[in-house]
Order: sequence, then C-alpha cells, then structure tokens
Amino acid sequence: MQEVSVSVRKLDLSFAAVTVLHQLDLDVYDGEFLVLLGSSGCGKSTLLNCIAGLLDATDGQIFIKGKNVTWAEPSERGIGMVFQSYALYPQMSVEGNLSFGLKNARVPKAEIEKRVARAAQVLQIEPLLKRKPGALSGGQRQRVAIGRALVRDVDVFLFDEPLSNLDAKLRADLRVELKRLHNQLQNTMIYVTHDQIEAMTLADRIAIMKGGSIQQLGSPDEIYNRPMNKYVADFIGSPAMNFLEGKLDNGVIHVGEHAFPMAGYDFVDANATGDVWLGIRPEHIATGNSTSSAAFQTTVEVDIVEPTGADTLVLANLAGSPFRVRMDGQARVRPGENLVIGINPASASVFDRHSEQRL
Amino acid sequence: MSERVLEDGPRGAKPTKRLSRKNIILYGILLLVAIYYLLPLYVMIVTSLKGMPEIRLGNVFSPPVEITFQPWVKAWAEACTGINCDGLSRGFWNSVRILIPSLVLSISIASVNGYALANWRFKGSEVFFNILIIGAFIPYQVMLYPIVILLREIGLYGSLWGLVLVHTIFGMPILTLLFRNYFASIPDELFKAARVDGAGFWGIFLRIMLPMSLPIFVVAIILQVTGIWNDFLFGVVYTKPDVYPMTVQLNNIVNSVQGVKEYNVNMAATLLTGLVPLIIYFASGKLFVRGIAAGAVKG
Repeated sequence: MQEVSVSVRKLDLSFAAVTVLHQLDLDVYDGEFLVLLGSSGCGKSTLLNCIAGLLDATDGQIFIKGKNVTWAEPSERGIGMVFQSYALYPQMSVEGNLSFGLKNARVPKAEIEKRVARAAQVLQIEPLLKRKPGALSGGQRQRVAIGRALVRDVDVFLFDEPLSNLDAKLRADLRVELKRLHNQLQNTMIYVTHDQIEAMTLADRIAIMKGGSIQQLGSPDEIYNRPMNKYVADFIGSPAMNFLEGKLDNGVIHVGEHAFPMAGYDFVDANATGDVWLGIRPEHIATGNSTSSAAFQTTVEVDIVEPTGADTLVLANLAGSPFRVRMDGQARVRPGENLVIGINPASASVFDRHSEQRL
Repeated sequence: MSERVLEDGPRGAKPTKRLSRKNIILYGILLLVAIYYLLPLYVMIVTSLKGMPEIRLGNVFSPPVEITFQPWVKAWAEACTGINCDGLSRGFWNSVRILIPSLVLSISIASVNGYALANWRFKGSEVFFNILIIGAFIPYQVMLYPIVILLREIGLYGSLWGLVLVHTIFGMPILTLLFRNYFASIPDELFKAARVDGAGFWGIFLRIMLPMSLPIFVVAIILQVTGIWNDFLFGVVYTKPDVYPMTVQLNNIVNSVQGVKEYNVNMAATLLTGLVPLIIYFASGKLFVRGIAAGAVKG
C-alpha cells in the first residue's frame, strides 16, 4: 500500500445556502499525479482552494503528510500553487517572483540563491531571471509560476487550470514538460482541469467531479473503458459516447427492432434486467472489412459527414437515435449512403436507465 | 494568373474633407465655448497686471499698457485682513500645514480600508462598506454643528489639528470607495498567490498591492489636494483667525470694507490661491484620467 500524501475527509463547504462540496472523501498517494476533472461549477477548483487553505471548509478535515492542516495557513501547509492567470507579481523581476515566498519564510540569502538557480535550471528560465513578467510570453510566465512553487521545496503541487490561458500548441508542449517534471521530481501533484485530454495524458488517477462530489476515481484507463455511471461515460471521450435506449432481457439488449447479444460483456450485476442505456463509443464501432468479426452487424444511413483529416466523423441514425461513428480519415462516405457497422459488446457500456449506474 | 488591372475611381483610403460643414459647426461651437470659459481667467490675469489708475479707465478687456507686478507682491506679502498686514502668505502656509497631514492621514487610512474591504472580506464587511458610502451622501451642513461639539469635547476646536481631523473624516467615504474598487479590480489569484507565498495582511498590502496602485494614489491625491485646498466652509467654521486657511483669508482680503477696492490685488490674490490645484492638475492630468478609468472598471 502506498503512503497517503493528501487526505480529504468528509469535507463540506457551503456559501450561505449553496452547498459546493458535500461530504467529500479523497486520498491522494505520495508521488501521485491526480487530476480533478469536471465541467465548470462542479467544485473542482473549490476543492483545490480548500486543500491550499485559501478557502475555509464548513466541516470536515484535511491532512497533508499525516498532519491535520484544516486550520493551517496556506504557507504552513507545505503546498505550492500554480494559477490559471499565472498570478506573477508584475512589479517584481522573475528572480523577485521566485524568491518572494522564501524571503517571507526568512530563508537565508545564500540558500535562496541556490534554490532559485536550481529552479531556473530545471525550468530553463535562467536567461529570464532579470526580466519583469510583462516582458515574458505566456509559456514563459507559466514556467515562472511553476518555478515559484518549485523553489519552496514543497511536498504537494497544486495546479489550477494552469494551461487554459495558452494556445493549443503551447499547451501541448507544456503538457509534455509537466509530465517530465513530475517524473523528475516525483512530487504529489493535484491538477484541476476541464480538459479531458490533459486529464487523460497527465494523470495517474482521475477524479471526475459533478455537483460537489466525486463521480468516479480511477486510472485514465478505467475511466475510459469502464465508466461507473452515465455522466462519466458521457463526459469522457470526444466525440461523446452514443447512448441507445434499450431493454435488457436475458443477456440481450433490445433496441427498437435490433437485438444486441451481450455475450462477452463484463456485467457488474449478472442478473440485471430492465430498461437500460446501451453506450457505445464512436471509435469502437467497426466499419469496412473489420465488421465481419464483430458480434453484431447492422446497416445505418449516413446523415452528415465531418472530415477532420485524421478521422472522419459520421453522424447516422440507429433505431431513431442519432449515432456517431468515427472512421478512418481516408474513408470516403457520402450523406445518404448506407454504412455497414459492427459492434462488439466487450467495448460497450450498459447503464441502468433510472439509477444511471453501470450494470 | 493574369495581371490584375486597377480601374479608375475610388482607390485606397477614403479621403476626409477638413472643411466640411459639420466640422465648421463643430469646431466653431467648441471655440466659442472655450472663449466663454476662459474669458474670466483672462480678465483676472490682465487686471492683476495693471496699476489702479489704469483699472479706473474701465477697459476690463484691454491688455495692460504698463505691466506691473506690484499687485502680486502686495497680495502675497502686504495685504491686510483686520490688524494683520502680512498678506496671503500666512494663509498659504496655514493651508500647507493643514493640507499635508490631512492628505497623508486620509489616504493612508482609506487605502488600508479599501484593501481590507476588497480582499479580506470579514463578517459584516458589506454592511460596514454601505454605511461608509451613505456617509458620502449626507450634506455637510447637517454635520457642521455636531462636529463643533465633538471637537470642543476632545479639545481640538479652533486648532489646526481639529481641521485636519475633519478633512480626514470627510474624505473617508469617497476615498475608501475609490481604493476598494481599485483593489477589487486587481486579479484575485495574485492575492491568493501571495498568501500561498506566506505574505500576511501587511506584507501583501505593502509589497504586492501598493507598488501596483500608483494611478489610484494619484487620483486620491488630486481629489484631496483640490478638495482640502479649496475648502472654505470647514476652514471658517472650525479654525480661528490665526490658523485660517488661504481661502478664508482670501475672502477676508477681498471683502474687507475699509479703504479703496484694489481690484488688481484682489485678482492677484485669487490667482495665487488657485495656483496649487492648478499646478496639481497640470502635473498629473494624464495619470488622473488613467486612475479614474482603472478604478471604474469594476464596482
């Protein structure tokens, strides 16, 4: 069993009548890269601010490295934080920004210089030390912001959507760098984002949040392949998962006139029956030659074709529901044509129609 | 691809007509209004540079035939109010001695107020702020007499420090509002980052917020300098002749009933009194506009 680094226990937070976090439990392991993922307003940033000590919890406890820090000041918690807007002090040079926290903690001058130099070297910002934040590009500013957390030699790094303000290419570059940094430092990192690509690529584990509670906590692989409820299934994956209304009966799901034999699907509850959602990811639908090996084949009529270069997205209609299929970029299909598709039950997901939990 | 050919007719930037009817009307009106507005100032300057014999000729608008600075000297150093005949200079120094402490005191307190209200929301901070703002809308006249009693009770009535206290109190609502709005416009994450970095209430204020707030300080200084310098009511109510500010003394010089009306001296004295706010405006006009705009973004 790995050691727990950050432990959130039964955390409640409400502003007046609005409950933002509700009885939230979360353990983050030492050296783990945990991503809090969710749409805006789900409470992910609030949770991060609570861990940082910038917001006071209404009830519950927070432990960092086994120490109860529920009432501790942010600077006493052994955390470093990186913000979306970088939040660099505009009147100070990069060096001043990096050393500000250390000066507040009355670290000896020689030690400050040593740590600033090391952080600058790790982040490759040595030539920028004398500049003001205004003279830096977005990517450079975010590096300085990371450096500010780095110099403080903290146990836990907190990231609040650090890449959201950057353009797409820079974001991809910095994402790789963050991953490299984590491999190098082996610190615990908690990272808030609404970008599922960032979450999938960076995380050891992802916590999907909605309405102030965690919907599912698991590795990117589990989250993607075995979503525990319909919300998670719908949230992860782009384009989103297709959902067909069906009736589960004796291992067969009936959708309209189609019958999907679910042999090979790993049921949570083997005796489940009744109204269900059958979820199938657009990228798990076989087309062309590979349809013959699929357990179930049918023909759909192509409605709209969206070529994106690498892939071609096809919007079709299956049993009265819109149905997306992701095809190879070289596939040539036209609206109005018939398309033969194949579906394998092993890659599908089945959810109860009422509880929306995985079956 | 074939060579593109440009046809005759409109090409490039659209030409603008300088002397269009619209422009003539527009600039004509602007010019007229400017003359109307500047005429009194012109009359004052011209009159203050004339000798009394020339003024008696009655040509108010004519430039001085013989320029003399004697009225200015007299206004500054010799004009009489009651038994004192040392001119406006005494009032000037009184005003300076009232202005500097009022300025420093009101701005230091209001800036901390605004910072606390914007960044360290405490229970009841909104109520406190609203009460403070209501203070800005209560007419001064209502509070004149209660403050006389208050100053008498604490033994400051009639003294220079009493007036300083009054200016500090009356500057508080509007200055606090100004500073609060400015600090509220500074991104919240900056404040959070400083807290994570271990800076406290004063550390964040002095090392993060203050260096970023030059524009709003300039606005506050201009508001206070002109307000306090031009104040007449508080000066005449709360001080004694020894410590009368410049405006009160100016009034006494201009309205003195004995002897001949020396219009040139009066004009010079008035111009001298207005010089301080004027200099402040000219020196910091640009920063003033920027600061007002910066404070106005978020309310």
